[in-house]
Amino acid sequence: MSGYDLDAGDAPPVPLPEAAPSRLARWRDSDLLASFLGSKTAMAALIATVLMVGLAFASSWIAPQNPYDPAQLDLINSNLPPIWQADGQAPFYLGTDDQGRDVLSAVLYGLRLSLIVGVLGVLTSGVLGIALGLIAGYAGGALDTLIMRVADVQLTFPAILIALVVDGVARASFGGALDVGPLIGLIVVSIGLSFWVQYARTVRSSVMVEKGKDYVQAARLIGLSPPVILVRHVLPNVTGPVFVIATINLALAIITEATLSFLGTGLPETMPSLGTLIRTGNRFLFSGEWWIVAFPGLALAGLVIAINLLGDWLRDALNPKLQ
Amino acid sequence: MLAFLLRRVIQAAAVLAVVGLIAFAMFRFAGDPVNQIVGPDTTVAERAQIRTDLGLDDPVLVQFARYAGNVVRGRFGISYQFRQPVSQLLAERMPATLELAFCATIFALVVGILMGVYCALFRDSWLAGLFQAVSLIGISLPTFLIGILLIYLFSVTLGWLPSYGRGDTVRLGWWTTGFLTASGLKALILPSVTLGLFQMTLIMRLVRAEMLEVLRTDYIRFARARGLTTRAVHLRHALKNTLVPVITIAGLQLGSVIAFSIITETVFQWPGMGLLFVQAVQNVDIPIMSAYLLLVALIFVTINLVVDILYTVVDPRLRLSTGRAA
Amino acid sequence: MPRSALKTLARGVSVVAVATFAFAALPAQAANVFRFAFQGDLKSLDPYSLKESFTEGMQEAAYEPLVTLDKNLKFAPALAESWETPEPTRWRFHLRRNVKFHDGTPFTADDVIFSAQRVRATGSNFTTNVPADAEFVKVDDYTVDMVLKKPNPIAIAQFPTWVIMSKAWSEKNGVVQPTPPSATSPSYATLHENGTGPFVIAEHQPGVKTVFKKFDGYWGKAESNLDEAVLTTIANPATRVAALLSGEVDWIDPVPLQDQQRVNASGTATVMAGPELRTIFLGMDQDRDELKDSSVKGKNPFKDIKVREAFYLAIDEDTIAKRVMRGQAVPSALMIAPALYDRGAEFKRPATDLKKAKDLMAQAGYPDGFSLTMDCPNDRYVNDEAICQAVVSMLARINVKVNLNAQPKAKYFAKVLAPNYDTSFYLLGWTPSSLDSHNILYEIVGCRKPGDKSGRGGWNLAGYCDPKIDDIADKVESETDKTKRDALIKEGFDVLNTDWGYIPLHQQALAWGVSKKVHLTQRADNLLLLYWVSKDPQ
Repeated sequence: MSGYDLDAGDAPPVPLPEAAPSRLARWRDSDLLASFLGSKTAMAALIATVLMVGLAFASSWIAPQNPYDPAQLDLINSNLPPIWQADGQAPFYLGTDDQGRDVLSAVLYGLRLSLIVGVLGVLTSGVLGIALGLIAGYAGGALDTLIMRVADVQLTFPAILIALVVDGVARASFGGALDVGPLIGLIVVSIGLSFWVQYARTVRSSVMVEKGKDYVQAARLIGLSPPVILVRHVLPNVTGPVFVIATINLALAIITEATLSFLGTGLPETMPSLGTLIRTGNRFLFSGEWWIVAFPGLALAGLVIAINLLGDWLRDALNPKLQ
Repeated sequence: MLAFLLRRVIQAAAVLAVVGLIAFAMFRFAGDPVNQIVGPDTTVAERAQIRTDLGLDDPVLVQFARYAGNVVRGRFGISYQFRQPVSQLLAERMPATLELAFCATIFALVVGILMGVYCALFRDSWLAGLFQAVSLIGISLPTFLIGILLIYLFSVTLGWLPSYGRGDTVRLGWWTTGFLTASGLKALILPSVTLGLFQMTLIMRLVRAEMLEVLRTDYIRFARARGLTTRAVHLRHALKNTLVPVITIAGLQLGSVIAFSIITETVFQWPGMGLLFVQAVQNVDIPIMSAYLLLVALIFVTINLVVDILYTVVDPRLRLSTGRAA
Repeated sequence: MPRSALKTLARGVSVVAVATFAFAALPAQAANVFRFAFQGDLKSLDPYSLKESFTEGMQEAAYEPLVTLDKNLKFAPALAESWETPEPTRWRFHLRRNVKFHDGTPFTADDVIFSAQRVRATGSNFTTNVPADAEFVKVDDYTVDMVLKKPNPIAIAQFPTWVIMSKAWSEKNGVVQPTPPSATSPSYATLHENGTGPFVIAEHQPGVKTVFKKFDGYWGKAESNLDEAVLTTIANPATRVAALLSGEVDWIDPVPLQDQQRVNASGTATVMAGPELRTIFLGMDQDRDELKDSSVKGKNPFKDIKVREAFYLAIDEDTIAKRVMRGQAVPSALMIAPALYDRGAEFKRPATDLKKAKDLMAQAGYPDGFSLTMDCPNDRYVNDEAICQAVVSMLARINVKVNLNAQPKAKYFAKVLAPNYDTSFYLLGWTPSSLDSHNILYEIVGCRKPGDKSGRGGWNLAGYCDPKIDDIADKVESETDKTKRDALIKEGFDVLNTDWGYIPLHQQALAWGVSKKVHLTQRADNLLLLYWVSKDPQ
């Protein structure tokens, strides 16, 4: 899903630039670190996130099987339960799916793929949305109208449909099946194009409020160019809400990717992401082969919850009114 | 003001036209409708003939112009698969979607606000932590999985609630409603929760954040200082101030709830417009796909328009900026 | 939106409202109601709109053919009490008397002649059900002759799915012509029905539900004890299974393979499985001079018979049947189900032989294999994508790297079908609509030629071509002696198999989930026929 605004209201005023101490020193002295160390949830969330990201990127070394290599899959090993159940077998600690794919390996590789798709998708939509939002809010006028009307059009189209178009165009122009690299690129672009509106709207409304304020007027008076004012002075004031959107969107991007594969345009079953694993695994919910969907589901939920808790804490910590 | 309105309406029309055009450009990639509307025995030559008859061989712009011309005259075409007027099919399905969207929104609002208020007032309690973590499940698992899990628990295992459809409906004029029968109401529960879960999480988080901010503002402190009871302060002042942005967002969300009920309707075989659309995509039923997208675009554009107008009326700052934009 | 649009919308709405209000006036609760859910929709009630098996079964509840099929797929009388062939080109049908359509009008020879015209008119999807050269002649009110230009032993093979419509009713309601897909205005026949069958369609909401009610004026004695049957579409497999398990419906089709054990263990429902007539097979493009989307340039490895044989021998169909299909598939040596060809049992599937396959690849000049793209539907056949994935891993063992391009059927068919035949290697399923081998030899195996309008090779996506088979197919078409005919068919299939022209995989099992309260007959063509459904009264 997409299409909600987190209206940030008045963003915190930016401290005037001073003779700055080193970044590290600022970080060490800041309330941020203190607040972080004080929050058990934040600590736990960070540890969980780091752990999962670490596992994901070590998957090539630690996974018992390369689930993307069809030669390593054997139907003889299909549908084995986890090791602690009666028919479990040694290298397949979390069982196997209907193709003989090791669930543990698939989860690790899938985690990596989902993270890549999610992070790249959020980055794309964030950069696009922030840029357009800044421009729209600062420039106003016809440009603003145009961008916001485009946003309206875009909101009408579910991410799924945009992906369908992007995918269709790409397939038509490249022909045949795509390799996984370009396919990831396609999905990232689809997600980027689907989620930018929220950033743009949030940033735009903040900019419209900020630009009337004295410090922007002052910056303008001393002759700074609009891009400099926008990036150096206005942007830092809207990072709070943007960050919150980004954390939720990271989860959404990963789930959107799952839904895309549901419609046959996402990552192929031979190269499963967490979402694809859940989509294919959900067929086995009633049949008692719960492990095929449960472990990818737990991994996805764990990842998303950890990231969101981290985002929550950051949001509260960044908001001076709550301190 | 009138000029502003007029301009926005013209812009809205332009948005609809663009949606239509994009939709049309997209259908080329949705697949081949002919294979879905004939049996396998149909010869190559017959298939080609049908394709020509449907005008699918024409360039996209020609097809679009023809379609736009028909739409302006109120003709949305005939569904390829059902051979029925699309307007009729959509009208039949609309009440189901609207009732589902309404219930999902009510669920999201009520539960979201209650949980949000609790989490703000008792920020450090374990229950608040639990609420926050549990609500995250709503956005951490794909909708289709949540729906199937709910069906598994409440329909198959417990046998309390139906797994599919709307139950018995009552016809009021052209509207069919599930609100008036027991089975209709029961059938609404699972899909509404599934669809509303995402919004609920959003609203809960928003209410919590807004409440935390409002509770620290001067006038709440002042109200406390005046000796009002905590409850009165919380409900009469803090919550009231929180509700404005919450309701705005909920309103804006209504459009997307309708548009994104697609997956929920598929899981629960809910006979709404979203399900019709999914079936149309699978069968490349272009008339249904275009009409649905236009309808959703219309809903979005209308909601945006209303919100913009309300903002302009309420917030002079924004009026100033739109005034400058003129 | 302009006002006229709203008006049309409102008008459409009011029509529906009135129509449904009328239905609501019917008695609300029937005594014995059979609720059933299928994965697809009953799209149109016009019986000549969509030739597809589920639709055909549903049509037969309300409409009836001249000749029907019994529980063992043998011809049986329906609206024709009997028929004979006084000469090889003349078929005589003696019609049943005292048959009434649902609107009360009597059924006569005129209706047969009318239906024979309508079914072959533009816009009908059943044109092949009645031979194009057949002329229908009324002998008297209850006798009709079908006169052919040349002898055709299987002239009535597809009569069971050609149902008879009322001439008077069609004329009255302006539906003399079938509704074509490109219709610009709705047709009365898509929402209304007037057959002679044991059930009346009392309500039809396209894509949502259809209500059948017992027809009291039925001429025969129906085996069914149902008063009412309600069809719902449930597209999502898990939801469909849940509806059966929770007792909300009495019948579902299909039951996903992995859920069959669960359904059987439920105590309230069982899975009725049986071999289906559809054969799932793999095709290899032997037409292009250079294989598309492959690492091999300048030539087409599939033109080399050794490569085709290697592919065949590398694919372990027994394991696919056992694991992917969970035993619910019968490995097939033929492109047709054994139930449809009496000598089918004489063919044996060559055993999987990886070593020989590797040797053949080396002999063909591909010791290190090559890469190619495989097209596969992912929402068409039972576990289609899973079968393709298994094929991919099996071919990896002879170093063939397959890029799997699994897509929804709408996109898959748009890619692989005519006019582009844009595929190198694909999975397809086929049921001969005539239930006869000739259909396979003609449509799947027959040589396809550009600009040919006959339909020969129309589904030969692989572009396999051996003129010998075309000759045989032509002889099969007019051979009336069954033994000779079967021998000819065997000859055709032998040529195909020696060429390793296609890789037949299996006949998938059909699987209905049926409540224990319900008793019905499952025929191998997978048609659900309501007149054989009974349900224990509450």
